Amino acid sequence: MAAQVPTAYYLVLAAILFSIGAGSFLIKRNIITIFMSIELMLNAVNLTFVAFAHQWHQISGQIFVFFVMVVAAAEAAVGLAIIIAIFRTRQTLNVDQIDLMKL
Amino acid sequence: MQLALFIIFGALAVAGALNLLLQRHPINSALSLVVVMMSLAVLYWSLGAEFLAAAQVIVYSGAVMVLFVFVIMLLNAGEEERTSGSRAAYIAGIPGAAAIFCLLSFVFLSEQKALGVANLGGHLDNGLNNIAEISQVLFTKQLLPFEVTSVLILVAILGAVVLARKEEQ
Repeated sequence: MAAQVPTAYYLVLAAILFSIGAGSFLIKRNIITIFMSIELMLNAVNLTFVAFAHQWHQISGQIFVFFVMVVAAAEAAVGLAIIIAIFRTRQTLNVDQIDLMKL
Repeated sequence: MQLALFIIFGALAVAGALNLLLQRHPINSALSLVVVMMSLAVLYWSLGAEFLAAAQVIVYSGAVMVLFVFVIMLLNAGEEERTSGSRAAYIAGIPGAAAIFCLLSFVFLSEQKALGVANLGGHLDNGLNNIAEISQVLFTKQLLPFEVTSVLILVAILGAVVLARKEEQ
């Protein structure tokens, strides 16, 4: 069957998504967009877990992805609450202006 | 079929991720992230993870991204402005991300022989179907972690409420 895809291609796709996420984490200046790039990196790692679970016919990788999803959802709720609190006190979302703890 | 799904939705995911990087307005970035997550759901399904595909659509594209869009609209976030910090990030960020990508791709492609190929659907070694197998592991072997995550979510709800509450004068 010619229509098979090597598992390595899925891993390379996940690497592409992770690198774009890491790059936009560094480049973006809006705190919400930075938070979204963290979610993108988590999704890329989830894809590698699912690809390896498929590769080895084991369920453990999918269980791990399930837990990553749960923790990511909790993290998104708390992180967005922190962003709302920051916006209320500083009136800005630009990370360059949130530098109270910088030397 | 597997190849066509991989090419179409892999390209869609990469295009969405690049759009997330290039768009200046946060709402556009959020909607391109939804595109990435939906394409990833299709890829999960093609790898035989039906439960995770459904959970990806419901939890990520549904709940998490709605929360993001809600906060963007609540805070009335405008276009981000470029500062000197972003120039420094360009100089360090793009080569760094490219280096990560090159390293990971090199490792994955050099191990390609050992990794094998992916077939549509896939099968598990000792499972009837995907959801039965997941629930069996989740509610027997992984019961304690599963219960701990419910406590984690409870704490996260309380934390979100406390953090986002208006201070009373």
